[in-house]
Amino acid sequence: MKVMAQMSMVMNLDKCIGCHTCSVTCKQAWTNRTGTEYVWFNNVETRPGLGYPRTYEDQETWQGGWVRTKRGKLKLRAGGRAKKLASIFANPKLPSIHDYYEPWTYEYDMLLSAPQGEHTPVAKPKSLLTGKDMSIQWSANWDDDLGGSTATMQDDPILKHMSEHVAEELEQTFMFYLPRICEHCLNPSCVASCPSGAMYKRVEDGIVLVDQDQCRGWRMCVTGCPYKKVYFNHKTGKAEKCTLCYPRLEVGLPTVCSETCVGRLRYLGLVLYDADKVGAAAAIEDEHDLLAAQREVFLDPHDPEVMAAARREGIPDDWIEAAQRSPIWKLISEYEVALPLHPEYRTLPMVWYIPPLSPVVDVVASSGNDGEDGRTLFAAISQLRIPLEYLAGLFTAGDTGPVERVLRRLAAMRSGMREVNLGREFPEENAEAVGMTGDQVQEMYRLLAIAKYEERYVIPTAHTEVARELEEMACSLDFEGGPGMGGAGPFGSSSGQPTPVAVENFHALSARQTADSPYGPSTPGRVNLLNWDGNGRPTGLFPPGEDGAGEEGRS
Amino acid sequence: MGLTDASADKIILWVVLPYVTFAVLVVGSIWRYRYDKFGWTTRSSELYEKRLLRWGSPLFHFGLLFVVLGHFLGLVIPNTWTEAVGVSEGFYHFIATSMGSIAALVAVAGLLILVYRRRSTGPVFLATTRMDKTMYVFLAASLLSGAWATVQTQILAGGHGYDYRETISPWFRSLWYLQPQPALMEGVPAAFQVHIVAAMLLFALWPFTRLVHAFSAPVQYPFRPYVVYRSREASVTSRAPRPGWDPTTTPPR
Repeated sequence: MKVMAQMSMVMNLDKCIGCHTCSVTCKQAWTNRTGTEYVWFNNVETRPGLGYPRTYEDQETWQGGWVRTKRGKLKLRAGGRAKKLASIFANPKLPSIHDYYEPWTYEYDMLLSAPQGEHTPVAKPKSLLTGKDMSIQWSANWDDDLGGSTATMQDDPILKHMSEHVAEELEQTFMFYLPRICEHCLNPSCVASCPSGAMYKRVEDGIVLVDQDQCRGWRMCVTGCPYKKVYFNHKTGKAEKCTLCYPRLEVGLPTVCSETCVGRLRYLGLVLYDADKVGAAAAIEDEHDLLAAQREVFLDPHDPEVMAAARREGIPDDWIEAAQRSPIWKLISEYEVALPLHPEYRTLPMVWYIPPLSPVVDVVASSGNDGEDGRTLFAAISQLRIPLEYLAGLFTAGDTGPVERVLRRLAAMRSGMREVNLGREFPEENAEAVGMTGDQVQEMYRLLAIAKYEERYVIPTAHTEVARELEEMACSLDFEGGPGMGGAGPFGSSSGQPTPVAVENFHALSARQTADSPYGPSTPGRVNLLNWDGNGRPTGLFPPGEDGAGEEGRS
Repeated sequence: MGLTDASADKIILWVVLPYVTFAVLVVGSIWRYRYDKFGWTTRSSELYEKRLLRWGSPLFHFGLLFVVLGHFLGLVIPNTWTEAVGVSEGFYHFIATSMGSIAALVAVAGLLILVYRRRSTGPVFLATTRMDKTMYVFLAASLLSGAWATVQTQILAGGHGYDYRETISPWFRSLWYLQPQPALMEGVPAAFQVHIVAAMLLFALWPFTRLVHAFSAPVQYPFRPYVVYRSREASVTSRAPRPGWDPTTTPPR
């Protein structure tokens, strides 16, 4: 037994309202840079839908993840090491920018600077790749809320695996949201695909990262990841991916997406697992057994043997204690209501989901029945094959059994808690019918519905945190590329030594204070008061006087 | 045939330039690697455009790999060695010219596709730096002059063609023995002279262009375990800590 710790996430899909706050805050924190305009470390997909990039789940086309060979070994679906090296000059399975979308901005400046005329000025979309006018065809959430999906939905890879008949009546049936980040897999196929060895899994917390100084831009990781959560920065020529906000986790803060989640549907915590079992679990023959096999890999943090083994591996005591309090362990292994996304890719993903009961409840309620009555819900779950099959296509390689069990547990909780709300006892038989006790169901209810910040995010801090925090303090602005320098390095965008954050902030601030528009140079001689910091008298604040004195900008 | 019998311009071209090129290549690469690890990448533009790249890039790169292999055989291995293993001059010439011509054709075709792609695809052209353009000039000059030298002196000349293994190859090896013999380069056809000078300039430019990605060809990939683990300690920092920030340690007793 080789015990390792993995930081992981569970998302409760019933609570996701599709507001995209996680995506927006993540983008503001990590990918609001040149070259990453199309990069969404976190995105929220409407299901049924195509996902982002379009149809990424269709591995017949994109060749992500692992496959099991006839001899029972794991092989990268896109080909082994020799094939990788042979196709290194032009990766045939790399999505093009148009499978994501062509990033754009709007000519906002025209709204302010257009001369007075008969027609209202418009801000035309401009491509961020070519700078030319463009017509917007697609984006990261183009089919949001099933918008336009009568035209595109039939291409959803999950639906394609279901029967025709299902697809036709589906749009009247259900819809839900699927927020996605990097899965930080136990058996990451992106890491295995990287020819340079620049991608790695961190020993301490299992976070999968790209070493930016070692990445050579061979692009194989993008193909390797079946979730298409490794992106290629087209300006710097390096791969980038979700970092699980490791600088925040190391000091005990949750990820940006979790912190800002309006529905409070994300849970963060440690899972202890047996690294020796990972290979065998990923290579198990029947796809339907992958869920159980992955659960077998996890270790009970309360088991004294596991604790002793963890200590032998050098896992600190506060981490073991955090693993015992972990909401992830409870949701995955105690209540067994969380399921992995696409276990059939055999990467053993570590961001799990509680499938939504809401499609079922919606149908029951809209047909005039009681959407919170246990018996009605149980009957509906077994009858509504369509959502069930769809969820199974996402979470259990098509096996409806585990999904049905989870939904029945959620239904038991829902109907039981209504009884409690009405001042009656929790109906024990409800819990027994789904293989739990009443107390367990109520504990689960507490965790899913009202758990506080500290219970949702159980994050032990890293153990050298203080020195790292101080590192930036030691940096002054006398850095070589400090104030006064700007623009791209001699070998293209962002070449040269990394700029300390303080210097970057200095430049960003001074650019913001002096720039008039985010789009480009505005009308000369105008000042945007929103950007004026109140100091001095910038040129153009006042109209030029007769002697031109106003143009000098005295301060 | 030492340094003393050669004229000054020959010494500059065939002694000074090669050594300066070598020094710039080595020192420049070390400097670039230390100064600019982040910029050390292929800068692939495949995300923008795939249709042309899918043909152009493999043609160019594989063609070039065979060209490099051919240069190794022609320049490094003396003709006495090939004769010793029973390869006659005629047979060598036939193999070298035929294979070399095919490789050159493939590489040049690839280069033409790539240059056309770079010029005609909007985002790819916008992502082309001034350094890239300079590099393309010297790359194309080396490749085209080399191809022309083969056509002119090997194919069109008839017979066994020009025997560069009597002149250019010994000169090349003499540089590595540190006993340069510029006189060997007297009378070498102009096409070869142009090719060699263009190639030396390209090598001098090499460390300062995206060509550095050739030095990080992932030859170790087939031999490492699939999944790489790294400890946080080694990976966390973006730059070396400043002096005076070493952590507190207990002194050894």
